[in-house]
Amino acid sequence: MIDLAVEIGTIRMSNPAMLASGVMDETGEALVRMMEAGAGAVVTKSIGVAAHDGHPNPCLVELPHGYVNAMGLPNPGMDRFAEELRTIMPAPAPVIASVYAADEEGFVAVAAAMEDAGAAGVEMNLSCPHAAGFGMELGTDPARVRSMVEAVASSVSVPVMAKLTPNTADITAIGRAVEDGGGDAVVAINTLRAMCISPEFARPVLSNRYGGLSGPAVRPVGVRAVYDLRRELSIPIVGVGGIETWRDAAEYIMAGASCFQVGSAVGRRGPEVFREITGGLQAFMESHGYAGMKDMEAAVHD
Amino acid sequence: MIEAVVINRVEAESKDCLTLHFEWDRPVSPGQFVMVWIPGLDEVPMSISSIGPEKAMTVRRAGEATEALHALSPGDRMGVRGPYGNGFELNGMRTLAVGGGVGMAPLMPLLRTMYADVAIGARSADELLFEEEARRYCDKVETSTDDGSRGMRGNAVQLAERMMDEGDYEQVVACGPEVMLYHLFRACEARGVHCQMSLERYMKCAVGLCGSCMLGKERVCIDGPVFDSARLRALSEFGRSKRDAAGRSVGL
Repeated sequence: MIDLAVEIGTIRMSNPAMLASGVMDETGEALVRMMEAGAGAVVTKSIGVAAHDGHPNPCLVELPHGYVNAMGLPNPGMDRFAEELRTIMPAPAPVIASVYAADEEGFVAVAAAMEDAGAAGVEMNLSCPHAAGFGMELGTDPARVRSMVEAVASSVSVPVMAKLTPNTADITAIGRAVEDGGGDAVVAINTLRAMCISPEFARPVLSNRYGGLSGPAVRPVGVRAVYDLRRELSIPIVGVGGIETWRDAAEYIMAGASCFQVGSAVGRRGPEVFREITGGLQAFMESHGYAGMKDMEAAVHD
Repeated sequence: MIEAVVINRVEAESKDCLTLHFEWDRPVSPGQFVMVWIPGLDEVPMSISSIGPEKAMTVRRAGEATEALHALSPGDRMGVRGPYGNGFELNGMRTLAVGGGVGMAPLMPLLRTMYADVAIGARSADELLFEEEARRYCDKVETSTDDGSRGMRGNAVQLAERMMDEGDYEQVVACGPEVMLYHLFRACEARGVHCQMSLERYMKCAVGLCGSCMLGKERVCIDGPVFDSARLRALSEFGRSKRDAAGRSVGL
């Protein structure tokens, strides 16, 4: 069998399928269940300095080809979540802590608490499209992105990744800022800013009005973003957006991703989706003569 | 997708419960739930208490959202999405159905479908739910109230224990407050009686995505809300703790 192992800096994964942030990742037991389901690594719910309830319901709209959600960054805060993480360490697969904050100081505090609790890496959420003052507002300004990545990368010893928003004119400018700031990888893409309206009630469905679109509907946008980033960056890219099958994963890898994340598919297909994707990927690579992940990575680039 | 459904009929059931009958053309199995949207206020999980061509939900007045549902009249609309979750498994076992308070609601579609004896518990006679209707389908229906105003004085677990000791049940199906369910589960384990219990947790997405409703390793929304004995045994938090909106572990 072909070895699907992949590394992002010191993060060693037995396979390239990570659990995306925001999905089944608020408790230790949920994270362990996703590892047992076959995830090569898991990314936690985005964790902030203090506990946060998130937006009132409705937080999610189901669509034929995806979801629009506005959870609003619910999380128990860094101290409680660090306790949660400690209960599952040493974990059977790397845990990457997604962190959010309004400024450098906050990012550094949460990232450090997560590293202390056993996180193998940090994913900076610079891209949440539905939480005012956090995320996207920060993540579309290259100068601010560079400064925040610098602050975190210089304060923790584990790899630092930054998750990028597609809600910007030029995602490669943001990717460049991450690389220049000393980031170890970029994660692309977060959800697309979206809205759903109920005609009967004549109002937006989500309590936050705006949400983020995920699932198969966004996949071609994500693949294009990864392709563009690969042409500009030398740090690894983690592809995410609508991956449900091995074919979807192969698109991202050939576009330039070193590994990928699966989120919405956990709801749409179930936790079994991890083994379906990695099994399919192995079979495809074997029949098409790819020796390993590196061999297939960026295959469509000249 | 959220659908706007029209309320056909509102029926008072007890001191603090009423049933909203609504037009909704979706197949629902006993024990499944829906997310009910009250525009401008909230969206909450609600069990389906009638699964015919016309659906129904039975709502206990307990907070802002249920207060708003109590204020609805025939002709009004509410948003509904679902149905979600795994309901009760219909098997041939000799069954005792145990409902505590509004926990009778998800059991009603089951009692209309399969034969069972019934134990209904409530704090007092004016909070007992569905006694009369249960008697229409089931030969043996017993009640308990905390204050002794009707039936046995005591709680639903004590009533169920007595009925299990007198009867010969292979299975208990139940819904009610979790502390009641936990003690009922212990009582069933001690007697070797199989269980199916409907549990609840704070819920956001309801489709198995966000993990807000984790109960141990299970998602109540999609792995549940009905869990059998084997799974109940493995639920680390059952009867002990739950998660608040921020994901913090708190006592039941």
